Amino acid sequence: MRALTWQGKHDVRVETMPDPEIVNPRDAIIEVTSTAICGSDLHLYDGVIPGMLAGDILGHEFMGRVVDTGPGSTLQKGQRVVVPFTISCGSCFFCSHQQYAACDNSNPAEKQDVSEKLYGHATGGLFGYSHLTGGYPGGQAEYVRVPFSDVGPIVIPDGMEDDDVLFLSDILPTGWMAAANADIGPDDTVVVWGCGPVGLFAIQSALAMGAARVIGIDHYPNRLALARKLGAQVIDYTQTHVLEALMELSGGLGPDAVIDAVGMEAHGFAPDTVMDNFKQTVGVGADSGHALREALMAVRKGGRVSVPGVYGGFLDKFPLGALMEKGLQLRTGQTHVQKYTAELLRRIQEGELDTTFLISHRLPLEDAARGYDNFKTNQNDWTKVVLKPGLQV
Amino acid sequence: MTLKTSGPIHRPRPQPGLFQTLALAGALAGVAGYAIWTTARRHGAGAVHPPDDAPGRTATRSRFGRHAVTGRTVTIARPRQEVYEFWRDFRNLEGVMENVTQIEAEGAMTRWTIRGPADTHLRVETETVSDRPGEQIAWQSTPGSQIETKGKIMFRDAPGRRGTEVEAIIAYVPPGGRVGQIIAKLFQAEPAIQGRRDLKRLKMLLETGEVATSANRKSA
Ligand SMILES: NC(=O)c1ccc[n+]([C@@H]2O[C@H](COP(=O)([O-])OP(=O)(O)OC[C@H]3O[C@@H](n4cnc5c(N)ncnc54)[C@H](O)[C@@H]3O)[C@@H](O)[C@H]2O)c1
Ligand SMILES: [Zn+2]
Ligand SMILES: [Zn+2]
Repeated sequence: MRALTWQGKHDVRVETMPDPEIVNPRDAIIEVTSTAICGSDLHLYDGVIPGMLAGDILGHEFMGRVVDTGPGSTLQKGQRVVVPFTISCGSCFFCSHQQYAACDNSNPAEKQDVSEKLYGHATGGLFGYSHLTGGYPGGQAEYVRVPFSDVGPIVIPDGMEDDDVLFLSDILPTGWMAAANADIGPDDTVVVWGCGPVGLFAIQSALAMGAARVIGIDHYPNRLALARKLGAQVIDYTQTHVLEALMELSGGLGPDAVIDAVGMEAHGFAPDTVMDNFKQTVGVGADSGHALREALMAVRKGGRVSVPGVYGGFLDKFPLGALMEKGLQLRTGQTHVQKYTAELLRRIQEGELDTTFLISHRLPLEDAARGYDNFKTNQNDWTKVVLKPGLQV
Repeated sequence: MTLKTSGPIHRPRPQPGLFQTLALAGALAGVAGYAIWTTARRHGAGAVHPPDDAPGRTATRSRFGRHAVTGRTVTIARPRQEVYEFWRDFRNLEGVMENVTQIEAEGAMTRWTIRGPADTHLRVETETVSDRPGEQIAWQSTPGSQIETKGKIMFRDAPGRRGTEVEAIIAYVPPGGRVGQIIAKLFQAEPAIQGRRDLKRLKMLLETGEVATSANRKSA
């Protein structure tokens, strides 16, 4: 099969790899029809997440047709399914508490040592990500082996387009969980850092959950325009003093909830960012946390901090005092996708959520490297890239 | 035999490269003088600290006599009796122990064949010395075994409905000579790692019916 492989920093290539096969009883094999490039893929592309090996197949946001099933799978050949990026067994302590991303049984035992050392506990398994999370071959490929296929994949009713449902795999539930973690009430002002795909879906979710006011922050005009179209007010951080503006826009109280949808590679020419980037470049392993620091400073006393943005290691100058002295609550995590898919599918069917407005490019799988390059360097125009193995070059 | 499992036991620092599978673990054991470990830990110049409640193997002191001790607890979301019975049939463990190629059981005796580097094999022979159904199984090596070891596995109800807490403790005499070299080569990393991995695979198999792998093909 053809598959997009990681070769090193800023070096990804579509290559011919062996087709996957059923290995464990609960496996299914999916023929991919659509797969997206995610902001998390950029962290791998930029080489800031540890545990990548040359030749790894990337991609964790994908859907397709079932072409083979193991004896323990509940899927049937021919069914169309969206596959959550989190691999979950469905029966461990964490899965039974709906904390699917924390599954104890999906990260192979021999891959758990490093995350156990780095984070104190081993992480769950993820598709197309680092070997810290299992090193599972990913979905930017013609075929994928899907473990625990009786738990994760969600069967898509006939008549729904790929593009309508693809993001159930990752960014749609991620935006939703980001808003849910912010505990939004009807009078709340909610601020979202980053108007990339995750931030845009977080804005849409916060509005759907009844926030009185949502403010999106970024510096790309096109992304800010998309946020405004959803109903958010916007701040361009290259033009405005963000902290001052947020105080003014929230009546001097400060926002009730803040969402960091930027993660470990925050931009901006703030002194902390320059220092963070320097450390990342020289390999000190520090995450860049400008957005998160700013969010912690901005949020009102007793407010909520939700962090869907990905961090992999350590963060310097973390304003822990602001967290404690203001009595904040902070929630974060890889998304517990399976917890949200059924409800979100219903909301898509009923037209409550728009899932396609952010797709800017549809490319054949063979063009994946061009997709990565542009999604990285041309973010204003390339909002979200969907790869279609079936499209002709 | 009395293997003490909690109290202020002085944890022997696992020696790099010495210890791998629980089988081996099963294989490895040999706690002659646990009693001595119950003496209070001493820190600094003569200050006597009363014993705490942590398992002895987590103590900061590294070593007791000729024995190395390691262990690990996992919670398995299955009934205690079921977990016990699975373990009781040692041949089931082939599926979860990475480097064990063969397990032969005959009465109270079990022979474990462990794969070493470059086509070498270690043979470990153990005898089951106590078996309390649903509670614990203990074993020790026979004189013919290539590794001198002693260990036990205990099964307790976890709080609420969380299943069973499975605790494995293995003590062994780090072998020298050729066998020691093979083991060192085989288990380059931290010695307790393999035992930990094997317990996690046991948990996977009992909770999900399979052992997780990211291999895309059976042959891989
Ligand atoms: N928690 C999860 O399970 C999960 C799932 C998917 C993605 N993510 C993470 O969410 C984050 C966003 O993903 P995405 O796909 O939207 O990525 P993206 O790279 O497309 O978007 C990030 C946006 O943040 C903006 N930004 C950068 N620095 C900023 C700053 N200082 N202030 C305000 N905005 C700033 C960028 O201009 C960009 O538009 C990433 O860290 C990604 O890894 C997490
Ligand atoms: Zn993602
Ligand atoms: Zn699980």
